[in-house]
Amino acid sequence: MTSTLPPQTDLPHYVHQGHFDPYALEKGSEGSLINQASQLRLMWLRFKQHRLALISGILLLIAYLMIVVVEFLAPYQVHTRNVDFIYAPPQAVHLFHEGEFVGPFVYGRKMTLDMVNLQRVYTDDRADVQKLRFFCHGETYRFWGMAEGNLHFVCPAENGQLYLLGTDRLGRDVLSRILYGARISLTIGLLGVATSFILGIVIGGIAGYWGGWFDLVVQRVIEVLQSIPSIPLWLALAAIMPADWSPLLIYLGITFILGLLDWTGLARAVRSKLLSLREEDYVLAAQLMGAGSARIIGRHLIPGFMSHLIASATLTIPGMILGETTLSFLGLGLRPPITSWGVLLTEARSVSIVALYPWLLFPVLPVIFVILAFNFLGDGLRDAADPYR
Amino acid sequence: MLRYILWRIMVMIPTLVMISLLIFTIIELPPGDYFESYVEQLKAIGEKADMQEIEDLRARYGFDKSEPVRYLNWVSGMVTGDFGYSFEYRMPVTDVVGDRVWLTILVSTVTIIVTWLLAFPIGVYSATHQYSWGDYGLTLLGLIGLAVPNFVLALVLMYFANIWFGTSIGHLMDQQYLSEPMSWAKVKSILEHIWIPVIIIGTAGTAGMVRRLRANLLDELNKQYVMTARAKGLHPFRVLVKYPLRMSLNFFISDIGSILPAVISGAEITAVVLSLETTGPMLIRALQSQDMYLAGSFLMFLSFLTVIGVLISDIALALFDPRIRLRGGRTR
Repeated sequence: MTSTLPPQTDLPHYVHQGHFDPYALEKGSEGSLINQASQLRLMWLRFKQHRLALISGILLLIAYLMIVVVEFLAPYQVHTRNVDFIYAPPQAVHLFHEGEFVGPFVYGRKMTLDMVNLQRVYTDDRADVQKLRFFCHGETYRFWGMAEGNLHFVCPAENGQLYLLGTDRLGRDVLSRILYGARISLTIGLLGVATSFILGIVIGGIAGYWGGWFDLVVQRVIEVLQSIPSIPLWLALAAIMPADWSPLLIYLGITFILGLLDWTGLARAVRSKLLSLREEDYVLAAQLMGAGSARIIGRHLIPGFMSHLIASATLTIPGMILGETTLSFLGLGLRPPITSWGVLLTEARSVSIVALYPWLLFPVLPVIFVILAFNFLGDGLRDAADPYR
Repeated sequence: MLRYILWRIMVMIPTLVMISLLIFTIIELPPGDYFESYVEQLKAIGEKADMQEIEDLRARYGFDKSEPVRYLNWVSGMVTGDFGYSFEYRMPVTDVVGDRVWLTILVSTVTIIVTWLLAFPIGVYSATHQYSWGDYGLTLLGLIGLAVPNFVLALVLMYFANIWFGTSIGHLMDQQYLSEPMSWAKVKSILEHIWIPVIIIGTAGTAGMVRRLRANLLDELNKQYVMTARAKGLHPFRVLVKYPLRMSLNFFISDIGSILPAVISGAEITAVVLSLETTGPMLIRALQSQDMYLAGSFLMFLSFLTVIGVLISDIALALFDPRIRLRGGRTR
């Protein structure tokens, strides 16, 4: 209050005539917006400052949107085989043909057998200009296995081919397979993190809030799990999955295995946070009002550090994607006909194949990209989770 | 000090018991046992299994007993150095594994040492030159090291070594030395081969360590005592070496606990691609053929290696840091 006392020796009872506004301080002139911003808004402002995280987040969002409409984006289907084009190298997209603009097109391919090296040799046929078609009707697919359709973003010319990233040993388009593989590889990380998130919150929450013998046991279990090298253990768990399981079950099994060993870090974080937060006054208040433990943990404590949890969970997704890729590469994870990036990389198993058909290593590029993006996003989220720092 | 070491070793025992329980459960999880699949296999190729022999084997290895008894047999066997019997190779696990255990230890140890030697200067440089081009470049390099799967790195490195040096870099030694006893020539051959797997396995660990060391050192550098030392006119280098570096050295030693499992994991994968003579390829094969005792022993051995590594790092930490030594109790 800015009122000054009237200059009198005996102080009379004085009441300020103006209207009392209890929110006056919050409405203060300087930095008015930032003072009124909600927690979520503060986080967003902080997150926006981390350019790399913002870009990564947007790119990941695009990637996840893409896997919804893979059928439309991919020029071919995941199992389409073309026996005339086995191990065909990537085709380059050209714009000009003999100095003349034709729009994006590829040259046709001629295959000859090199009988000395026993190789297929593909050469561009400069006379055969195959103009690409966009938003075109191509191969028929079943959208998500349900509705039929044949609209594609890009298709090869009539009776032409379009193998932008080459083909594999069965003449399947690597680009289309990478796009379809994204569906598995990108979701397996999310589902795995969801599993570990639930396990981490429940186990860490109980351990941190109640303490006692349960806490002791959980701490020992976490120490044990963290001291076992993860990939051998993943391998062992993956190896005991029955071979006759359906692809969907194997997919869920792998997700579960990845999540099963990953919850330890989250549980530790939840536990230590709860240990410090449960001494806060608002917990006592809730207890006095008769709230049960589950309600206090779920309604009052966990929302307090949810953002931290989400940030650290984001940082564990790359490990899961790498884990799936490694398991599949070693033949103990996903198996064909499921197509993930790891399964695609099994095609490039030996050095001789890498030397002859290097384009089979292309699936590693999206892996690297996604892992980097998740790392940056996680860093940004971690900074944003504590906007007051 | 002695009390601390003894206490630390005592704590290790329950951890190992729990690990062994977990691994035993995994071994026992698949329905049936090796003999059943073996009989099936014989039937499939039209041969008759000698049921008497199978029953004998079952009885000999205690498959007719209940699970707790089998677990006790397995564990007590391991304590006395008997790691069980590999049914696929028809040999005791110790004979199958042979030198591979030592080679795994060798590869892991060399990797850890190289990781340290690389991560320390890089981490210190990145922290003291924060947001410089060098810092950004090294961070980017480290991130790529984190993001590229080990097996792809191994494949690519093998490919380029083939082009540049014209040699095959697989394996851990020249093939002629494989069954030979240790000799200087063999050691030399191993040294010639070991750097490739060490680079491949080490990248991810080094990158992670640099990142954590940088963050840790930056925290220390922002503290008041550093400012005080600088204000007194101490040379920046002397300040760095005298105080914050010492503090982060602690973290540096204890960090081994977090990179060791990763190094061992990476070593197994890399070993498969490079066909190294370590435990990796054998573990995969044992898992694929469900030779679970062999696989279980490998898992147990790898976990043991990690636990011992953490023990060593904890003891080293206690040697360096009197606070831990004197407390004589919990480290975390």
